[in-house]
Amino acid sequence: MKRNIPKWQKTSKLHYLMLALITFLSIFPFYWMFIVSSNTDAEISKTPPSLVPGPRFLEVAGKVLSAEGVYFTQALTNTFIVGIAIAVAQVIFSAIAGFAFAKLHFKGRQFSILFIIATMMLPSQLGIVPLFIMANKLNLVNTLYALIVPALVTAFGVFWMRQIIDAQVPNEILEAASIDGASVPRVFWSIVLPSIRQSSFVLGLFAFLAAWNDYLWPTIVLQSPERFTLQVALTQLKPLYGLDYSLQMGGAFLATAPLLILFIFVGRRLVSGVMDGAVKG
Amino acid sequence: MTIFKEGKGRAKVPLTPWKKKEKKQLPGVASLDGRWGYPAIAPFFLIFIVFGVAPVIYSIYIAFFKWDPLGESEFNGINNFTFLLQDSDFWIALRNTFSIWALSTFPQLVVAISLAAILRNKRLKGKSFWRTILLVPNITSIIAITIVFQQLFGRDYGLINGILSLIPGVENIDFIEGIIPSHIQIATMISWRWVGYNTLIFLASMLAIPDELYESASVDGASKWQQFKYVTLPSLKNTITFVLIVGTIGGLQVFAEPQQLNAEGGSTKQFLTLTLFLYNQAFLNNKYGYAAAIGIAITIIVLIISAINFVITRRISGEGSR
Repeated sequence: MKRNIPKWQKTSKLHYLMLALITFLSIFPFYWMFIVSSNTDAEISKTPPSLVPGPRFLEVAGKVLSAEGVYFTQALTNTFIVGIAIAVAQVIFSAIAGFAFAKLHFKGRQFSILFIIATMMLPSQLGIVPLFIMANKLNLVNTLYALIVPALVTAFGVFWMRQIIDAQVPNEILEAASIDGASVPRVFWSIVLPSIRQSSFVLGLFAFLAAWNDYLWPTIVLQSPERFTLQVALTQLKPLYGLDYSLQMGGAFLATAPLLILFIFVGRRLVSGVMDGAVKG
Repeated sequence: MTIFKEGKGRAKVPLTPWKKKEKKQLPGVASLDGRWGYPAIAPFFLIFIVFGVAPVIYSIYIAFFKWDPLGESEFNGINNFTFLLQDSDFWIALRNTFSIWALSTFPQLVVAISLAAILRNKRLKGKSFWRTILLVPNITSIIAITIVFQQLFGRDYGLINGILSLIPGVENIDFIEGIIPSHIQIATMISWRWVGYNTLIFLASMLAIPDELYESASVDGASKWQQFKYVTLPSLKNTITFVLIVGTIGGLQVFAEPQQLNAEGGSTKQFLTLTLFLYNQAFLNNKYGYAAAIGIAITIIVLIISAINFVITRRISGEGSR
């Protein structure tokens, strides 16, 4: 083995082959969603199964949208509302607090930062039972607020913003501005914010995606189908008997398509967001 | 202790890395009025304390009660914890969680580091395309993915069994009833979702390794494999620790995948995970106090593993890098 490895490091054809394989494995499940939801049950369960799209997709999509007790389009709207609200809130709160932690000197700053980092080690399910009790007392159960309010801020968001502002906004510019008489809010608004626009967008995307894919908390706190988010609504499409997965696969495809479309536009920025965070983390 | 006395602030530097910044003078920009710091962090902290920190403290309190959401709650001492340690479901869930974690983490590390090593190559064509493709699985709906994989892993008509059956003598594997096969199924879903993300993390830290190290290594006659072993791998130590810790926290939270396969965690609880166990105790059995105790147990496990991880990395870097 060891002797072979230097060789395949040189032959770059193998590199491309491996990358092509990983690309195939990354894409195939999406393709398969479409295959299963566009073919008949019989086409899928024969050996070998059909690997080309069938004619049934629109019919299945229609069934998903009109399935009894499932409010798919409503779930789509709910998910968008929750995702956007959380993304916007997290960006705003994180940017302001992150700025303070990166650039302002005040008592208790270092302690607060360490405190925030320490809480990042705590698994989220630790607080989930009390959070449900709280949501109950605040009458938030079965409302979208129950999803939005606890996610308005995250330790990760503030920590990330602090790192970004620390790295991307030079102290000298802030100093010069403040010596010229700009107040702290003014400095934040006209110097810091414009220079972290890209990173804020990336943080917002991460928050949006996390909200979109969250399942544990929504399934606890939402009760009536018209309040469900997509992830919870998808679980309603399970085949009750038999192995006809077409309905659920159609739903899965419809629930994933918006993300894939979004990804076409923002994929590169997400990649650089992940990689920027990695070097500093 | 004497080091602290001479020249405040400065002498502390070698002890703790994060205090290095104090060397530069006060943190932050001196000419900006620091008092603005409080109103700036107040909104964040207020929400964070109420919805992030308070539930954690509250759950420690609840864990000492027999807490029924509908009826009365009574103080229960440490009974929830002693019962937990005697609950065979807890140990089964612990076993399953670790098995799934190991089956997803270690293959992922190998694949992610190898892919990153390929992507590091400067002459590689389509760099940005490959990187972007790698992130696609990470953004997809988690339930949608469990649906697809469940179908692919199906016992009778699943594509994976279809492919395996091409090998003579291999019988259809039941990826739900078998203990290890079910763990493999869940680990595959997790790995599929995270391997590309981790590749990017490793790639980022590989790109930070100075080229000179490779140049001097190859001048010394090191083969590509030796370069990888002696230059690349040692520089990835911190990243490996990071990925392992994040992976552990994530691994202890596995919930959607097993719950979708079977809400009980399987007919013999063969893939009941800790978080699914917690969820079922709290929201199906209404045992809030007990569920809170499970949450605390999970947290203690996370802290122990992180501590072990830190100690190991520190020991390795103490030996290796100097």
